[in-house]
Amino acid sequence: MIKKIVVILITTLALTLNVNAASDGDLILKKNDPAEVKDCFEGLNRATFAFNQALDGIIFKPVATVYKKLPSPVKSGVSNSLDNLSNLVTIPNNILQGEFKLAMMNTGRFLVNTTVGILGFVDVAQHLGMSEYEKEDYGQSLAKAGVGPGCYIVLPVLGPSTARDTVALGANLLGGDAWYNVTVKNDTHYLSEEDYYSSKITAGVDFRAKNYDSIENLKENSLDFYASVKSLYLQDRQQKIANMNTIVETQNDSDWEEIENN
Amino acid sequence: MKIKKCLFILIVYFLSINIASAIQPDIFVQSTVNRASKILSENISKENKISELKKIAIETVDINGIAFYTLGSRRKTINDNQKIQYIKLFNDYFLKSFSSRLAEYTNPEIDVYNKEVINRNYTIVNSLLKGTDDRPEVKIDWRIYTKDPENPLIRDLIIEGLSLARTQKEEFASILNSNDGDINALFKTLKDFSKN
Repeated sequence: MIKKIVVILITTLALTLNVNAASDGDLILKKNDPAEVKDCFEGLNRATFAFNQALDGIIFKPVATVYKKLPSPVKSGVSNSLDNLSNLVTIPNNILQGEFKLAMMNTGRFLVNTTVGILGFVDVAQHLGMSEYEKEDYGQSLAKAGVGPGCYIVLPVLGPSTARDTVALGANLLGGDAWYNVTVKNDTHYLSEEDYYSSKITAGVDFRAKNYDSIENLKENSLDFYASVKSLYLQDRQQKIANMNTIVETQNDSDWEEIENN
Repeated sequence: MKIKKCLFILIVYFLSINIASAIQPDIFVQSTVNRASKILSENISKENKISELKKIAIETVDINGIAFYTLGSRRKTINDNQKIQYIKLFNDYFLKSFSSRLAEYTNPEIDVYNKEVINRNYTIVNSLLKGTDDRPEVKIDWRIYTKDPENPLIRDLIIEGLSLARTQKEEFASILNSNDGDINALFKTLKDFSKN
């Protein structure tokens, strides 16, 4: 079964691969346009989504409710530590995307925050005036290289993704994430598997708590919650891949223009 | 010479009237936000807040424009009666959804800090919802329809780069797809939402 899924993912990726498009920002934007991403496994995705919702109701939501009540400095400290750890994936991806200056800056940020900032609990780099931190991952690097998203996929526990981003997740387990390497892959005597998995679970709880009201609000006011989450996830990915700071570039005005002629 | 001078004065006068009566999109957004914040901070029942917020939405949001946008290409294939029915259902749905979403907030502080004119019809206004202990700072951009400069209207809210109108459009498309494009299925969903 796993073999089959891997074959489907790789085939989908291969079909969407277009290395020639690497430098064409407009084409990258178009390829990652939410409207262009096919929901090839909608039935299965909806079932997984329902499973994730049930899991959220049993585990993540109750834990996030308690987590929300923690004092603000504790919450922001945890959030800062998790962001700091994510540098270990961001830095190699800055390099893969040819952003060497950014890679150096994020290395500096990681070193300062890990040491002076007590394992990243305090974002000292920000106080020193470093620019805002932008996470990068292997999915974004593949997209920059011209790989299309492939089909939309909902992963159990992990949530929304695409074929490309799911394959890219594998890079973390194959040596692409230094945090995984020193906790799970290699026996360093100081860190263990529990450290890795607890950091991932905490990241999930932190995300849920930060977006608690928005998620509940969306759930309550959506006509089709699955479709809303899918749209929001794909819009977010498109924006992150394009590294757009201004929304104007990711919004398609032609849709609105048609309204004038209606 | 005198006629020329008079003509010139008249042109300048009419131009200045036109400029004076045009409402700047950023000022429009800030004043709309301030009105909503005032209602949300008042010590009145949630039902009253919802009712007041609905009034603001009717005045400041281009609900019919959003309705057609969210229907996507399907709007070109429905007949006039269906259009009328859809607009009515969408208005009810939008006002309920919009006001109940906002009513959850107490005294939100939003600061407008920039605007970008896209073309004659649209300006994007940038604002920031201040963070609290419970939620981080949120960037909100407003797509303002400025075809009539004296009566600007909100057409979309883009929260941290995520467009609410676009999300709505894809949600409607999903409902239509799951029902073989049957517009009545969408009508029923909208009706059910507004009833509950």
